[in-house]
Amino acid sequence: MSDTPVDADEVRHVAELARVDLDEDEVEEFAAQFADILGYFDALDEVPEVDREDELVNVMRPDEVREGLTQEEALSNAAETEDGFFKGPRVS
Amino acid sequence: MSLNAFITKETLDGSDDGPLAGKTVAVKDNISTEGLRTTCGSAMLEDYVPPYDATVVELLKDAGATIVGKANMDEFGMGTTTETSAFGPTKNPVDESRVPGGSSGGSAAAVAAGEADLALGTDTGGSIRCPAAFCGVVGIKPTYGLVSRYGLVAYANSLEQIGPIAPTVEDAAALLDVIAGPDDRDGTTRDAGADSNYAAAADGDVEGLTIGVPTEFVEGADEGVEAAFWAALDELEAQGAEYREVSMPSVEKAVAAYYVIAMSEASSNLARFDGVRYGKSGGYDGNWNEAFARAREDGFGSEVKRRILLGTYALSAGYHDKYYAKAQDARAWVKQDFDEAFEDVDVVASPTMPVPPFELGESLDDPLQMYLADANTVPVNLANLPAISVPAGETDGLPVGLQLIGPKFGEETIVRAASAVEN
Repeated sequence: MSDTPVDADEVRHVAELARVDLDEDEVEEFAAQFADILGYFDALDEVPEVDREDELVNVMRPDEVREGLTQEEALSNAAETEDGFFKGPRVS
Repeated sequence: MSLNAFITKETLDGSDDGPLAGKTVAVKDNISTEGLRTTCGSAMLEDYVPPYDATVVELLKDAGATIVGKANMDEFGMGTTTETSAFGPTKNPVDESRVPGGSSGGSAAAVAAGEADLALGTDTGGSIRCPAAFCGVVGIKPTYGLVSRYGLVAYANSLEQIGPIAPTVEDAAALLDVIAGPDDRDGTTRDAGADSNYAAAADGDVEGLTIGVPTEFVEGADEGVEAAFWAALDELEAQGAEYREVSMPSVEKAVAAYYVIAMSEASSNLARFDGVRYGKSGGYDGNWNEAFARAREDGFGSEVKRRILLGTYALSAGYHDKYYAKAQDARAWVKQDFDEAFEDVDVVASPTMPVPPFELGESLDDPLQMYLADANTVPVNLANLPAISVPAGETDGLPVGLQLIGPKFGEETIVRAASAVEN
């Protein structure tokens, strides 16, 4: 069992943060599964401090104009468009 | 009955000549093909038609390959069996009551059944090597940065690579030669692989090769799998290689580290599927956050929701240090263990999968058990290394895969070693 308690309210809260609606059955199922999975993740507490050899450096270049998608191509998969824009849900 | 290896069957012709002229290739359905729908195995992208080709698809066409369809896969690559696909599971051609492995199960099944000569898969935590092992074919997960990810629909960017699946080591290496190399549209690609000839390394010569076997990778494996594994190593020894046991304590934490990192990256990457910019809208109106949440409820399957939620949780205030930061420590530790191992050995070997192929439906109820099956493949992605899975005998008539892991950009070494297993 995880030392991190997971109950249905916690699952609902995370689902809201992630913008994913769940039905009640899914909430119950996920609460039980998350307790198992997060309990397993607790093994990470035993990982020692490791010197990370950070060989990463930022690679910079000036902006340059290149060929890209046309506006029409970029919008070709949008559910709804208007005047060349993505159209979102109606607010009221 | 069909194996259901393809989500979309359509032919795209390549140029008239080139190293892959006359070859048919199945392309995993998370790799963009201009004008041909690319679903990622998800209802969310059922109607998505990319306006451009992935770099690897351009390279395939230039090399003369004929693309024969988009291969079935676990939804967004999230699974080990190809059963989380919204388009139904793929069957294993070796035994149709079994899964083909995943997430590139359609790619491996197509090659094993002869429905394509070659295939492209993607490997975030074993998704090329697992289905290759389960279907009795060869799969290569390249070093991170060897193959361009431009046009690959992202699941966990820091872990995933596109790679080849083929009936033989030489064929897999030849396909890797076509797709490897730098690409200015993917800033993580490196110059290695620009003029590669990995296929030529498939010469079966393992005289003097030193193989390390981490005990952690073998303990707990199915008996029949373990027997086939040791038989393969004895065969390599008879051809002039030597093997010794090594210890890599970090790999005990690899599954936990892998899933924390992959889920965290997924929770961010999949935010774009909101029904406005990408994906099915469902036509909901009202508060935007609520409309997005309902579109995402409809469009995503359970495993995808599970991973998005767990990733959101692992990154949320109060838990980031406990999960995400510790997982990054574990990742550095795994890299360090491999670095130390490669000071003494040329390749590291393990069974690709600790178990034979699951029965269809067997693993769906218990996600944690499914994650644990990835124990031997995920350390390779955490360490950015190359690895190959090559068929190494059977247990009860089911294929067993031998995994050979090389140092960074050591593709020639693992191709050479794996080709000796075919001798």
